[in-house]
Amino acid sequence: MKKKLSFVLNDRKITLEVEAQDVLLEVLRDKLGVKSPKCGCDRGDCGSCTVMISGKTVRSCMVLAVEADGQRLTTLEGLMKEGQLTPLQQSFLEHNSFQCGFCAPGVILAATELLERNPKPSGDEIKEAISGNLCRCTGYLPIVEAIANVNNALTPPGRERLGKKVRS
Amino acid sequence: MSELKFVGHDEIRIDGKPKITGAAQFVDDLDFGPGLLYAEIVESPLAHAEIKSIDTGKAEQMPDVVKVVTGKDFPFRFGLYMHDRFVFAQDRVRFVGEQVAAVIARDPVTAKKAAKLVKVRYHELPAILNVEDALKPHPLLIHPDLKSYKHVPWFFPQVNTNIAHWRKVRKGDVEAGFKQADLVFEDTYTVPRYAHCAIETHGAVGHHDYSGRLTVWAASQSPFTQRNLFAEALAPLGLSHKDVRVIAPFVGGGFGGKAGVSMEILAAALATAVQGNPVKILWSRAQEFYNTYQRQGLTAKTKIGVKKDGTIVALEQTLHWDAGAYVEYGANVVNAAGLSATGPYRIPNVKIDSCCVYTNLPPGGPYRGFGYSEFLFGLESHINETAKKLGLDPVEFRRRNAIQEGDPLTYGSKMNPSGLIECIDKAAEAIEWSKKEPSENPKTVRGKGFACFWKAPAMPPNASSTAFIKFNEDGSLNVLVSAMEIGQGFQTVMAQIAAEVLTVPLSKIRVELPDTDRNPYEWQTVASHITWGTGNAVKRAAEDCREQILELVERALGKKREDFYLESETVRSRSEADFALPLRDFAINGIMMKDGTYRGGPIVGRGMFMPEFSSALSDAETSQGGKPNVHYTVGAAAVEIEIDKETGRLRIPRVALAVDVGKAINPGLVRNQVVGGLVQGIATALYEDMRFDAKGRLLNPNFTDYKIPTAMDVPERVIPILVEVAQPDGPYGARGVGEHTMIPAAPMIANAVENALGIRIKSMPITAEKIALAIKHKR
Repeated sequence: MKKKLSFVLNDRKITLEVEAQDVLLEVLRDKLGVKSPKCGCDRGDCGSCTVMISGKTVRSCMVLAVEADGQRLTTLEGLMKEGQLTPLQQSFLEHNSFQCGFCAPGVILAATELLERNPKPSGDEIKEAISGNLCRCTGYLPIVEAIANVNNALTPPGRERLGKKVRS
Repeated sequence: MSELKFVGHDEIRIDGKPKITGAAQFVDDLDFGPGLLYAEIVESPLAHAEIKSIDTGKAEQMPDVVKVVTGKDFPFRFGLYMHDRFVFAQDRVRFVGEQVAAVIARDPVTAKKAAKLVKVRYHELPAILNVEDALKPHPLLIHPDLKSYKHVPWFFPQVNTNIAHWRKVRKGDVEAGFKQADLVFEDTYTVPRYAHCAIETHGAVGHHDYSGRLTVWAASQSPFTQRNLFAEALAPLGLSHKDVRVIAPFVGGGFGGKAGVSMEILAAALATAVQGNPVKILWSRAQEFYNTYQRQGLTAKTKIGVKKDGTIVALEQTLHWDAGAYVEYGANVVNAAGLSATGPYRIPNVKIDSCCVYTNLPPGGPYRGFGYSEFLFGLESHINETAKKLGLDPVEFRRRNAIQEGDPLTYGSKMNPSGLIECIDKAAEAIEWSKKEPSENPKTVRGKGFACFWKAPAMPPNASSTAFIKFNEDGSLNVLVSAMEIGQGFQTVMAQIAAEVLTVPLSKIRVELPDTDRNPYEWQTVASHITWGTGNAVKRAAEDCREQILELVERALGKKREDFYLESETVRSRSEADFALPLRDFAINGIMMKDGTYRGGPIVGRGMFMPEFSSALSDAETSQGGKPNVHYTVGAAAVEIEIDKETGRLRIPRVALAVDVGKAINPGLVRNQVVGGLVQGIATALYEDMRFDAKGRLLNPNFTDYKIPTAMDVPERVIPILVEVAQPDGPYGARGVGEHTMIPAAPMIANAVENALGIRIKSMPITAEKIALAIKHKR
C-alpha cells in the first residue's frame, strides 16, 4: 500500500511516496541519496543508522518511513551550515577521534543531541549518551575526550590528553 | 639527522574531515544506477552433509529473478595459502551457513524471497565440531582430497587426517632442558572462537562488462590479493589479471576480517553470470558472524622447565587449532603462532607443535593478533604461575628472561633491536606495580596483572609494497599506494613520510585509496606491516622525486646538485642564500631556458620495497634454517582491576601498555591504537562469548547476544607508553604496532584475576559469571 509523505530533511522540503512497510533508513539511503546513516546490524543494536527526528535521535533501521510524516529530520549531512563544521565536529577532527569512521555519523548525532540538552556533560554522562552507538576501532575514549573538550577545540593537537581521565 | 618536521608529530588525520562530514564513502554508499542487481545466497542448514540435488525451478520462475546459480556453474576452488575453499559448495557442505546457490534478482526483497524457494536435498554426515573428535584415529575426513590441494611450500598437510598443516619447531634439546630444570610443570589453556565485529559488514559489487572486463568494488583490506585470487579462480572463464580490476573505497573496520578473499569471490563469480549488469552482494550481520572468517579456537598444552634462579631452560607447546571448514588463510595463523610460541623470551630448548585442524565450524582466519593473542593467553598465564611457584615477582621473572637483540629465535636467526626491558619497566611503573592496593570496599577485591607480548608480521617472504608520487601544478602531491585505510590512519602516516622527504605540508598531500588499475601493487593491508613496508616504498618514491628534482635543477641551471636541497616546498642553494625555486614553478611544466625551450616535465616518483632477506624455507621437522619473520615488535601491559565478589563483575581503574614502535611516525595515532586495541582485547576476556549448539549452529550471531563493549564498558584510564628503539630497516626506524595493542589483554586480565582472588581461570572468556561461580566454588 502506497502512502504519500511530507517532511523536512536537512532544511529541504520532501514529498514522496513510500510503501507502508518501507523502513526510514532505506528510504533515506536508496530513495533520497542520503548516505551518512549506515546499516550495521539492521536490528537497532549498533546505532550506525542514527538520525534525528525533531531533535531526538532514533535508529532509522527501526523506524517506518511513514512515521517521519510531518516531522523535521536531520542527518549528519544537515549539521554543517554553509560548509562550516560545528564546534563538535571541529573537536572530533582535532582529537583524531575516529578511525574507520563508519560509526561516526551516528556518534556525532548522539553527541549533538547530548550537548543541546546538556552543554557541560560529565564523562559518565557522555559515555551514557553514546552507549547506544557501537564503535569497534577506538575504544571510545578519544570520542569521549573530544565531546568533553568541545569548547576547547582550539587547543593544538599536541597531546598527552589520552590516558588522562576526562572531567567527571 | 636534522630535526624532523613532519615525522614524529601529531598531525590531524587527512581522512578526518571526510569521516566527520559524512563525505567518506563505503562500498554500500556507491551508486550503480538502475541496472544494479542484487544477490542473495542459499545457505547450508547443516554442518556436514552431501548435496544430493538442488532444485532451482521455483525460484527461477519468480518475476524479477534474473538468474539462479549453483556449484555446477562455478566448479572452482581458491584460497590464499592453500586452495581448499569453494566459490559454491560442490558435492558437500562443511559448515552451517555455507553458500550452496545464489539468486540474482532486480531487487533485494525478491532475491531474498526467491532464495527461500531453492530446494536442496542433503544426506547428513556426522559433524566434527571440536578438535578432539577431528584428531581421533581413523576420523571421518572433512577434506578427503586434501593431498591434491595446491599450497605454499611452508605448509605440511598430513594425508588421511584432518590436519591441514603441522608446524614443528625443534630447537636445542627439550628433554635435556627439562632434566636440568629445578621445576617442570604443565597445564592446558583453552581459547574459544571470536568474531571481528567491524561495524560495516562485508559487501561487494561485481560488474563483468560486455568487453570482458571484470570490476569488483569491495570492502577490502586486500585489493591486489583479491584481484590475483579472482583471476586465478576464474581463469577457466578466460579472465587475465589485466582484465580484473578491484576498487576499494573506505572500509568500515577490518581487523583481519576483510583480508584475503572470503565472500567477495561471490561478487566476482556472480558478475560473470549476468554479464553487462553490476550485481551487489551485502552480508547481513548474522552472515558477517558465520561466513567470513572467525578467530580460530585453541587448545594449548604448555610445559615449562625453569631453574630456581628463574631462568627458563625449556618450553614445550602443543597447540591444537580449531581451524574450521576451510583453512586457506587460517593455516598461516597456525604457522605464524607455531614459529613464535615461545613469546618474547630467551629459551634455549624448545619444542613446538602447532596443528591446524579441520572442523565443521565456520572457516577460521586472520584476526588482529594472528594467533599470538590466542597462544599468549596460555603462555603468559603459565609464566605467571611459574613465577608464583618459584616465589618470584612475575614482572621480575619476565625481566630476567626477556629476549634481547641478537638472541637466537626459535628458528635460528637473531632477534632484532628490542626495547622489551624498557617496556616492562615502564608498564609496571605506570600502574605502581609494587604498591599493594587493598580495596576500601568489603564487597570488592583488587588485583594487578601483567603480560608481555610480541608479534612479527606473518607474510610470504616476497610480500611487496609499491608507491607512486605524482606532483601537481601547484606543487601539491597525490600519493598512490594500494594499502587500505581501515581506520589505523595509514594515509596520514604515508603523507607524513612523503612530507618529510619533499618538505611539502600535509595540507597539500592526498593519499589515494586503492584501485588496482591506477595504484601500484601492494600485497595486503595486514600483518601490521604497512607503516614499515609501504612506508619504505613511499619514502623511496619521495626520494626518487627529490632526485629527479635535484637532477633537473643541475641540468637546467648548470650547477652541481650537491649544492641544492629542499626546504618548505622550495629548492634552495647552500652557496647562494637568495636562491629559491618553488616546486610549483616547475613540478609539471619544467624549467624554461634562455632560448625558450624547457627542461624537465611532470615529476612522478616510484618506490618499491620487498624484504629480500626473508625466506620461509626451512627444515620441515625443526623449522631451522629460514628467516620467515622480518622482525618482532615487543611490549608489555599492566592492569589494575577491582572485582565485585558477589557478581563477579570487574572494573578497570587503570591499564597501561608500553610498546616498542621503533619510531612513532604519528604518536597520537599510535596512542589511539593502544586504546582501541586494548579495549578490543579486554572484550575477548570479559564480554564476548561465541556459542554453538550441538549441530554446529552459531547461537549468537548478533550484537544483542554477542556483546562487544559500549562506551560504558571501557577502562577508566588507559596509559599508552611509546618506546622507540629504532628498527634499522624501517622508515625513520618505524616498525608495526596495529595488532600488538590487542594481544596482551586477555592474559593480563587473567593474571589480575588470579592476583585478586587466588583463582586461576584457564579458559577464556573470563566473564563475570565465570568469576562469580569460581568464587562460589572456592568457598
